Amino acid sequence: MDTAGNLSYLSERAQQARPVQPGTLQDGSRIAVIGAGPAGSMFSYFLLNMADTIALDIDVDIYEPRHFCHRGPAGCNHCGGIVSESLVQRLATEGIMLPEDVVQRGIESYTLHMDVGDVEIATPLNEKRIAAIYRGNGPRNSEPLDTHSFDGYLLDMAQNSGARVIHKLVTDVRRNMDGMQVTSADQHCDTYDLVVVATGVNSRLMETLEQQTQEFRRPERTKTFICEFKLGREVIRNTFGPSMHVFLLDIPRLEFAALIPKGDYVTLCLLGDDIDDELMEKFFESPEVRNCFPGGVIPAHACHCYPRINIRAAKPAYGDRLVMIGDSGTTRLFKDGIGAAYRTAKAAAKTAVFHGIMAEDFKAHYWPLCQKINNDNRVGKMVFAFATLVQKARFARRGVLRMTVNEQRQASVTPRMSGVLWDLFSGSAPYTDVFLRTLHPAYIGSLLWNLLASNMPGHAAEHDLQSESEHRHVEH
Amino acid sequence: MANLGKEYNDGEVIVRQGEMGDCMFVIQKGEVEAIAEANGKELRLRKMGANEFFGEMALFEEETRTATIRALGPARVLTIDKKNFLGGIHEDPSLAFRIIKTMSHRIRDLTDRLAHYEEKV
Repeated sequence: MDTAGNLSYLSERAQQARPVQPGTLQDGSRIAVIGAGPAGSMFSYFLLNMADTIALDIDVDIYEPRHFCHRGPAGCNHCGGIVSESLVQRLATEGIMLPEDVVQRGIESYTLHMDVGDVEIATPLNEKRIAAIYRGNGPRNSEPLDTHSFDGYLLDMAQNSGARVIHKLVTDVRRNMDGMQVTSADQHCDTYDLVVVATGVNSRLMETLEQQTQEFRRPERTKTFICEFKLGREVIRNTFGPSMHVFLLDIPRLEFAALIPKGDYVTLCLLGDDIDDELMEKFFESPEVRNCFPGGVIPAHACHCYPRINIRAAKPAYGDRLVMIGDSGTTRLFKDGIGAAYRTAKAAAKTAVFHGIMAEDFKAHYWPLCQKINNDNRVGKMVFAFATLVQKARFARRGVLRMTVNEQRQASVTPRMSGVLWDLFSGSAPYTDVFLRTLHPAYIGSLLWNLLASNMPGHAAEHDLQSESEHRHVEH
Repeated sequence: MANLGKEYNDGEVIVRQGEMGDCMFVIQKGEVEAIAEANGKELRLRKMGANEFFGEMALFEEETRTATIRALGPARVLTIDKKNFLGGIHEDPSLAFRIIKTMSHRIRDLTDRLAHYEEKV
């Protein structure tokens, strides 16, 4: 018997040996994945590859109305577009490399801007391990670029593993006698053994599911603002460099703001409590923001959106033959949403292939990960509350700045504040890790000393001037 | 178009035999060679290209590097931290599957080469 014959024989034996268990995936099982963002595509990719390892023959249909080759909102899943340091490493370990045409810029530092000055925090290894990407194929009206959408790249991976893409909008999902019925906008219905919701929180389907099934509460959301400024590659290289610029400004309701350089564009991402015109006006008026742009002039944006983000998980994020992944279920608070999509997608795929597709299977094998993320988010809320205190108190900002500047200048000093800020801004570490590091006596001692030293009479003004000089250094 | 990782020039040493390590590496672009040094002589163990990894033993053992890794032409390499990797394994043990598979291939390759060598001797 040749190799192909051997494999076929083994596969048949595996099928014969596998007892048919209700509530599990069988040969010929059909899975509908609704949404081809990172969660949907990665779920499909992992599910098909895991099924392949146990010779399980299943069909996966991915429903996605968008084409990621389009520029502007038509091809975009509306997100700041950062793949965190920890996710870049995990994907590389999985054998998933981000190609050069997907990575718009490798980020190698963060520049923190405050009214008392600014400081550049370099990556611990001086290596580009954070990827700035486009979820679609670039901003509206952008010229054809030799780039590839991140979501498009992941969808290609899923397709190469055997998933089928159906470019239709799903309007309804409900249980029937045979399984789960999926209805698309053209009123076409199809029945599946498992439905995976990966639409994110900006879809009407989540609302429909909440109203129809009394068992599910959709995630709590808040409005954000994302826009793109066209500055040109050369200008961006000279002004922003390979650095993500983050702002700690005393603006009510603003939790986090960042300017992310990408190719010819810079993406602005504002997160907070329902971002509105008043908040944006205050942000754009602040000198710390203006000074980042050439000549202190903020250009008109080329493309913008107000996507909503998940700030409290769906409950429960599963049911019989139904599971919510990525933003539709649980995600990390404010940061590393793509990382959470990867983690929840893989956990759900493992559950479906190796355990089962009923509510008790997802409760036992998928929900613990969601709970872990939810618990970490609770700690994250405390960490962000502390950051808000720093935002509001000038003396605290001076202390934080002084401590960080000293750490960045002297290689011999343990970068305690730099590490905390790096992980807080990049989302590379769990919030619990970040919080525990702030309880270290050496961190507290150093912070207290820097608070005192930077607020001594006469020193504060001197320090502000010193920081301004650092600011000029960053500008040029 | 942009890159991740760190650039190395042709012949540049990425990892040196005998040094302590706390990370592994994944090749993003280009090629590297693994060299074992003994009695002043160099023996090329293998050549590796894009998406292959090296230095993985440092993630599991507190031992020195067993080989020197040099860039063959310009190469770009991404570092994987021990803490990140082991944290990932605790959450998702299947993350180690690809590494175990590759290590298994390498043991098989070394066993074949040893058998071949002993046959010659």
